[in-house]
Order: sequence, then structure tokens, then C-alpha cells
Amino acid sequence: MLTALVAVIVGGGLVLPIFVGLAQTFLPAFGILDAVGGERFSLEPWRKLFALPGFGTSLRLSITSGLVATFLSLALAACFFAVFGGRARQGLLRKFMTPLLASPHAAVAIAMAFLIAPSGWIFRLLSPWATGQTYPPNIIIVHDPLGLSLILGLVVKETPFLLFMMAAALKQVRVADHLKMGRSLGYGRASTWFRIIFPQVYPQIRLAVYAVLAFSLSVIDAALILGPNNPPPLAVQTLRWFSDPNSAMILPAAASAVLQLLVILGAIALWWVAERLIVLVGRLRIDGGVRSAWLEPTARLIGRFTVILVGLGIAGLVGLVIWSLTWRWRFPDALPEAWSLKIWGAVAGEWLPALTTTALIGAVSTLLSLCLAIAWLEAEDRANRPRRGLAAFVIYWPLILPQTAFLFSLHIAFLRTGFGGGLVSVIWVHMFFVFPYVMLALADPWRALDRRYARAAASLGHSKGDILLRIKLPLLLGPLMAAAAVGFAVSVAQYLATLTIGEGRIVTLTTEAVARSSGADRRIIAVFASLQALLPMLVYVLALLLPAILYARRRGLLGDQA
Amino acid sequence: MKALVLNQVTIMLRASHQALIHDLSLSVAPGEVTTIMGASGSGKSTLLNFIGGHLDPAFVAQGQVSIGDRVLNALPAEARQIGFLFQDDMLFPHLSVGSNLAFGLAASVRGRRLRRERVEAALSIAGLSGFYDRDPATLSGGQRARAALMRTLLAEPKALLLDEPFSKLDQEMRDDMRRFVFEHAREQDLPVLLVTHDEADARAASGPIVRLQG
Repeated sequence: MLTALVAVIVGGGLVLPIFVGLAQTFLPAFGILDAVGGERFSLEPWRKLFALPGFGTSLRLSITSGLVATFLSLALAACFFAVFGGRARQGLLRKFMTPLLASPHAAVAIAMAFLIAPSGWIFRLLSPWATGQTYPPNIIIVHDPLGLSLILGLVVKETPFLLFMMAAALKQVRVADHLKMGRSLGYGRASTWFRIIFPQVYPQIRLAVYAVLAFSLSVIDAALILGPNNPPPLAVQTLRWFSDPNSAMILPAAASAVLQLLVILGAIALWWVAERLIVLVGRLRIDGGVRSAWLEPTARLIGRFTVILVGLGIAGLVGLVIWSLTWRWRFPDALPEAWSLKIWGAVAGEWLPALTTTALIGAVSTLLSLCLAIAWLEAEDRANRPRRGLAAFVIYWPLILPQTAFLFSLHIAFLRTGFGGGLVSVIWVHMFFVFPYVMLALADPWRALDRRYARAAASLGHSKGDILLRIKLPLLLGPLMAAAAVGFAVSVAQYLATLTIGEGRIVTLTTEAVARSSGADRRIIAVFASLQALLPMLVYVLALLLPAILYARRRGLLGDQA
Repeated sequence: MKALVLNQVTIMLRASHQALIHDLSLSVAPGEVTTIMGASGSGKSTLLNFIGGHLDPAFVAQGQVSIGDRVLNALPAEARQIGFLFQDDMLFPHLSVGSNLAFGLAASVRGRRLRRERVEAALSIAGLSGFYDRDPATLSGGQRARAALMRTLLAEPKALLLDEPFSKLDQEMRDDMRRFVFEHAREQDLPVLLVTHDEADARAASGPIVRLQG
């Protein structure tokens, strides 16, 4: 019963629309679109796409920034644990990275832009004593043609995510014992970590790594804020083509969206092959008993970079708040000369409704996704079998798909069925992305809950519904709250989904922050960006506090809250 | 009370059809403790899970489980009225000690006052008077084990399954706990099936012993 219900909701509500959207992108990509008189299969859209100015550069930019950002994020996260894993400082850093975890990509990107720009905080702190400048230097840092600042912005956001996923996976590995064993056999801390512990952890975070890869290859909001402008990475270019006034541009735009999907699949395949190669080489080195002494200082260096990077991210977020409270801030002063709440007041008419809309969409899509996730996992328990391949694929595939590949077409499909533009459809589409992340956060703790609790309750005569409400959900309150916080943050961060499905009429903090990010007044941008970061952070804090308060007198539960 | 009867029970791995328990028949009389002994991996716990209605889907089972003439096979775990004690006490960590017991107490006992009285009475039998509002995590191992037994008995089971419930207790605590569990089971005339690999458990149970080949 429950299984059938969950299958219908997930299948009809989440899988089918994405599938329809994908199909509606594939057709115009091969010339079939009534609106512009396309009736027959043709490769013309692709020829047109390849001939568009800047296409090659856009494609190259997407691929390099995506691959490099993912590789760096993974290396930084892995080296952090190789150096600090199992030490006290590790916990402290994990607290510090929570704000970065909660903040949307766009907010982090704006924060980094404000930090590294020629008139940004870093240059202010270095000037004039180190740079000799009393005016902001006339160099291009943000929007640099190589996409380096975009890579930095992505890495600052994705490294904490991978750290977080790794920390969760590490709970299931006996790190301390294995480290002790490895070191007693003459391997250094980092050597042991990469030979023994990382191979146990990686399979559990593989999906997260692929999600980071797919996201970085198709990111739009951060690319608009930090990436090269002309030509921009392919995702941004695709967005421009889709919104071109000349409706014939839809054909090459659709081809470009399909190409993005192919790029992602190709990159994942490439990554997968690289994994196999590394395993192969690793085996040989392990069998050879190589102790790799060089790895220790290298890992220590990179691990410190991780700390610096997280520090940069936090500084950036603090900088956002400072900018929003600034009245006058002369270069190269380290801090504003005059502080004021005037800017907040001046644009209150705009940020207040955006804040309300954002909170509403986030709360509803998170609650619905959470209910669906609970129903899914409970149905699994009742059917007495864990997910199989297809089911896992159905949940997580929106994390791998480029949003451009189905959102525009889905919007058109919505319009045809008279369903476009409203709050309801935006909430619905947000759930495509909120639900998988809620599942990602909730599934492991749920499955790890000792089954004997449910058995003990059943042997005391309690029904399945009763056990769910009175035993499982209260015991899982911590993970449930964490999943809700993750889901809410994902919803707040949605840019393209809100923009296309909401037809620009649904204004959230994120659409507003991105739209204003190219504006001249940094203080106004900062108001929206800091709200965008603070709102999900607030939810994270509440999600951490609630179980801690409710279970303050239950020592047996507090152990696994962190 | 009526006897717990197993009739020609066979439990196999679903994948390989390798039998863990082969054609086992036994009858546990009310007030009697039957001990099942066997090395780890011999399927002792799996047998108890089968009787209690918690069999893992990795296994398939044949044969009949009944209490008196009430056949249990088709019933879900919560309708079998079979109490279960595990190696760990499995007190729910989010509930107070008293709420844990109240969770076990049969719903047929109505009224706040009456329910509270029944729980308090059970607590005092377990030497836990005044522990109603305590966090289970603050109790000693022996106290937790006694609370777990009381929770099980308050659900008014018709039979009791014990899955090595003494193995994690200290040596001196173990004797006390054995006596405590067996006394209460006998008092309520319950058929008890004990699974263990500790000979001392079997001696203390002073009932029939079934040995499984590992």
C-alpha cells in the first residue's frame, strides 16, 4: 500500500515531469518544434550551434572549470581528513564550515567577488603598505577570462560539502584503529589515510562527488557572478540563447542543453575511468609496500590550504554583512568609515517580500520532501528490503542532470497545461532538487537505526504506525532536522528553477541577489546576498538546537547529534 | 498460560537454501525455561527472530509456531504477544525510564493514574522506585536490564524469548539478573526460550537443553 503510494507520487510527481522536460529538449535539438515550423528530424540545430560565435570557448570554459573545481574540492577535503582526521581541531573546523554549507552558491560567489575584487577586502587589507596602491588597481580578477575566480568560488562552496559528506561516511569506518595499525607498520598518517581509509570512504561519497561534478559543469548563478562574460561558460550561454528574442534560437539552444547533458555524462565516465586507474596504480604501490614519505608534507600543505579556504569563505560571508551595514567605505580602509542601517531600510520594500517568498517556498518544499522521504524509507522498512539500483537512480538523477536540459522545456509544457508561473509550480519544481538532497541526508541514518528498537516495540504489541511515530521519528529527530536544514538550503539556493518556472514573477532572495549582482551599489547587493546566506544558516542553527533542547536530559541520544 | 510449540521448523538462507535450523520441533511448557545452545552462526538468534515475527528477508522458514493452539505464523510481530529481550536492553533513549515502561504497558490499562501506578509498581519490583523520570542513559547496566524486563512483562506476553540477555552484564550482576528474570517468568507461568552459548546460563535455567549444530 504505502510502497505503491510512494511509487506513484515519486514517479508521477518527480520523475515524469523531468522526463517530459528532457524529451521536450531532445526534440527541438534535432529540429522538431512546431512553433518554428520544424517537423522533420535534422542535425541543423547542431550545425548552427557549432557555428555560433564563442561556442568553442564556452564549451572549453565549462569543462575546465567543472573538472578542475571538482578535483580541487575533493583533494582539499581528502587531505584535510588525512591531516586532521581524528584530531580535536577537526570538530572545530566542522562547526566553522556550517555557514558555508548552508549558504547558497550565489551568496558564496558574491562573497568571494567582494573579497577578491581589486576594490575588495583583500586588496584593502594589503593596501597601501604591500601593494603601494591608494586606488583600487585596474586589473581584472572577477570575471577573468580563464574562469579562475569561478573555480575559486565553486571550490569554496563544494569543499565544505564534500567534507561534510566524508565526515558522515567516516562514522562507519574505524579510523583510529586503522590509523594506529598503519602507523605501527611504518606508514605515515597521510599514507595510511590514502591507502586504508580513503578507499573505504570513497565508495560512499561517490554519488556526492558526481553531483559536485555535474553541478560544477552546469552551474549558472555562480558563473554569472564570477565567471567570464564574453563568452561565458556554456550553461550561461545556453540560458542566453534560450531567452533570445529570435525564437529560432531555441533550436541551437536545445542542442546546447543536450550537449551539456552529454558533457556531464562524458565527464562522469572519464572520472570513473580515472577512479579505476587510481585503484590499479594504488594496488601496485600497496603490494610494493611503498611508504611514500613525500605524501606527509604534501598532504599537510594541502590540508592547511583547506583551512585557509574555509577561512576565506567565512571571511567573505562576514564581509557581506559588513558591506550591507556600510554607509561610507573608502579605499583602502580595512573597515567602513561610516556604518548604517539605511541601506537595509531603503530596499526593505524589496527584500521583505523576497524573504517571505523564499521562506515560504523553502518551508513548503522541504516539508513535503521530508514527508515523502519518510514515506519512502518507511515503505522500504515495511517491504523489508533496501532500495535497489533503479530506485536509487530515480531519487538521485536530478542531481546529475544539467538544469538547462529540462527546465525550459518543462516550463513550456507547464504553459500548455495552464500550470505555469505560479507559486505551486515553483514549489513543485524545487522539490525535484530538495527531495534527493533530503534523501541523501536522511537515508543513511535511517537505515543505520538499530532495527531492534522497532522489534522491541513490536514485541510490546505496538503497530507499525505507532512505532514510526513514537519510536523511529523521535529517535531520528536529529537526522530529520539536519535533512530539513539541507533541504531548505537547497530550495533557497535554486536560481534557474525559480527564474524559468516562476517566469520572473516569483522573486526570491536568490533571483534578486543574482539579478542585482552586476549592479553598481555593493551595499544593496550585500543586503540580498547576506539575507540569502543568513536565512538557511538560521534554519541550520534551529535544526541543531531543537534536538539538543528537546533531548537535553537524554544522554543516550546526544552522542549522535553532531 | 499455554505452551510455546515449534513444529518441524526449518530455516534456510534465501539465496543458497542452505539450512541453518533443520526440522526442529519442541514444546516449552508454561513456567519452563528451555535453553538453546550453539556456536555463533548456528542460527540461534535467527530462530528467535522467526518465532517473534522479525525474520530477516535474507532467510526463508517453514514449519509452525504456536502458543497452545493459536498458530502465530501469519501474525505480524505486534500481534503475537511474544516478549523479546535482546543482548542489549534496547531501552528507547528518547524516553524516560517510566515512559519506556508505559510504552510497554498494555493499552487495555486505562487512565493516567492507574497506568502510572502500574508502572511505579513494576519499577519498585525492579528496585527502581523513584526512577520514573530518569534518563535511561544514567542507569547502571543491571538497572537497565531490569527495566527492560519490566517493560516486556508489562505488555502481558504469552511467551518470552531471551537472546543472550545476560552476556553483556558483569559477572556478579549476571547471577542476580538470571535469578530475577527466571523468577518473574515462572511467577507469571510463561514459557521461556533462552538462546545462549554460556553453559552457566543453561545450568541456571535448569530446564531442557537443545543443542544446535553450528
